[in-house]
Amino acid sequence: MSVLTAVTARRKGKRWHWSDIAAYTYLALGVVLMFGPVLWLVMSSFKTQAALLEFPPSLLPMAQVEVTVPGHDKPLPLFTVTMEDGSTRTLAQVRRVGIVAQMIDPKAPETSIRVPIDRRAPVRQFSLALENYTEPLRQFAFPVFLANSVFVTVVATLITLIINSMAAFALSIYEFPGRNAAMLTVIGTLMIPITIILVPVYMVVASLGMVNSLWAVILPGAATPTGVFLLRQYMLTLPRDLIEAARMDKASEWQIYWRIVLPLSLPALAVLAIFSIMWRWNEFLWPLAVLSKTESYTLQIGLNAFQGELQVQWHYLLAMTVVTLAPVALVFVFLQRFITTGIANTGMK
Amino acid sequence: MTPGPRPGEAAGALLALPFSLLMRAFDAPMRALQARIGQRRMPYLFLLPNLLFFGTFVFLPLIINVGYSLTGGAKLYLSERTFVGLDQYAHLLACDDHLRPSTCREDHFWRGVYNTALFCVLQVVFMVLFSLITAIVLNMKIRGRGFFRAVYFFPVLLSPVVVALIWKWILQRDGLLNAAITTLGGERIIFFIEPGWAMFWAVFVSIWAHMGFYTLILLSGLQAIPSDIYEAAEMDGTARWRVLRRITLPLLMPNLIVVVVLALIKAVQTFDEVFVLTGGGPGTATLMVVQYIYETAFSNQVQNFGLAGAASVLLGVVLFALTLMQLFFARRGEKPT
Repeated sequence: MSVLTAVTARRKGKRWHWSDIAAYTYLALGVVLMFGPVLWLVMSSFKTQAALLEFPPSLLPMAQVEVTVPGHDKPLPLFTVTMEDGSTRTLAQVRRVGIVAQMIDPKAPETSIRVPIDRRAPVRQFSLALENYTEPLRQFAFPVFLANSVFVTVVATLITLIINSMAAFALSIYEFPGRNAAMLTVIGTLMIPITIILVPVYMVVASLGMVNSLWAVILPGAATPTGVFLLRQYMLTLPRDLIEAARMDKASEWQIYWRIVLPLSLPALAVLAIFSIMWRWNEFLWPLAVLSKTESYTLQIGLNAFQGELQVQWHYLLAMTVVTLAPVALVFVFLQRFITTGIANTGMK
Repeated sequence: MTPGPRPGEAAGALLALPFSLLMRAFDAPMRALQARIGQRRMPYLFLLPNLLFFGTFVFLPLIINVGYSLTGGAKLYLSERTFVGLDQYAHLLACDDHLRPSTCREDHFWRGVYNTALFCVLQVVFMVLFSLITAIVLNMKIRGRGFFRAVYFFPVLLSPVVVALIWKWILQRDGLLNAAITTLGGERIIFFIEPGWAMFWAVFVSIWAHMGFYTLILLSGLQAIPSDIYEAAEMDGTARWRVLRRITLPLLMPNLIVVVVLALIKAVQTFDEVFVLTGGGPGTATLMVVQYIYETAFSNQVQNFGLAGAASVLLGVVLFALTLMQLFFARRGEKPT
């Protein structure tokens, strides 16, 4: 729904209250402040390196028009030139010497014209610098980073779904001695973020010989209390008769788990899958600590290393930032309602 | 509230195939195992992988961490380190004047503590304030509420690196903001060389990235307030401001307190966005405790696991206290009023 129709339409008989106007103003400002920066990033990522250096920057990605002129190997940049008699001509620049540019008319390339450089302005048109996207994928290790991120995200999400659903299954379907203790253990882990066990987890990972391997990123976060909680709450609502009936039919407990309980818990599994994908794709501190070789970097670590260089190559960096952001944006566009209800229900992210 | 089934089915179908193949492979061994240990012991088997992971990567490290904080030396493995008692803590906490970090033996730690404290206060106060305003606005009878809610929420899903880079690009010397400032006739500001500005933007960007999450929680709290109260107030012709002050805010208070504590728990651990945005600088102006821990353990020339361990134990104590507070308030909030 467009903002404009939203603002103008009112229910019959209701008068405008000042707080309505304030509310819509606030929301409109919010749209600019929240969406604007991301939009700016995306637009900037299509600008050429030269256009990025402009100040003040142009809103849309623009590039100078170039023409090929017979007799010249390279395409020549096009300028609008104000001649001494006040008329304007469109000329191509052959070279520039000091404050004088040697220019030619593309239609009559024989005669060269000498023009002071302050009398010419570049002819520009809308153009997308797609090389910002293709070049870093060829020159730098970004394809490796991308592959690492995808691997970590997919494998970690699979492991998370399996081991957490198994635990949730045990904690929701069975009555057994020690169940409360196990539940408390799970709650207890909720309070222990990686920030306070950074060094010892590193030691554990090191003694397992996994430093610089992607498994070091995948395994420590695989058992998540949030996941166990979310799945358990859902599994508690499943009808018990179904499970009893399956036992009558000689189904093993393992079969009950994956043939009956898991398919019925799909909505909760999907929420956990989405969460896990987000967590893993965006994870930063732990991979930063445990990955020190370029070939094992994930996208986030690669981006951070790239932005930390002395000469920041913004044209590549911005494009790769968009690449990093794109999957999350896609997930959000398609599954927005799902994510927000998931968060509202669990109070976790 | 039930989530719509469609995305669930789509995501589920995508995962179903490799999943079921894998699960089927375990059918025979698990049946044999069940025959051996009996059905009653099966839940332990289901719990085992998860507890194994928790044990290896959470509980064991928690204990080892205390070990680190009590030992010295540059060795990674505990068995090779020498016991030093509480020396690491003493070193960390020793100051001539605790209000002036430059007089401390570990001045970076204390700068981190003060920066984090300042950051927490500013970030939590303003974030909860804006989240509250946004939630109240989104709870009004507004057209396009879903759209606006999505607008405020989506930065929550962005990675901290992406968030920091987006803003770094806007705030850089020749960036969009400086273009706007100079166009309006102002002086160009190099934000990240001025301590005050660096802290301001660290707080701002962090609020920008996370407020959607808290807005969502407060919004679900607002929607849980029964609508007949509002209808009664409307019939009485109560002014909107009064409704907000006398009805909405008091009823929302339990949620609000939980949100404050939750935000505090996150703010104390701030690292990612600020680290990429400012690198802790200029100087140590935005150095946070977690960055101190990370750098002490991993990126400094001399890796000092003992100091990092002691600092993280202290951080853990703070977090533990905050979590207890959260549990306390959350429980009190659940009581029927």
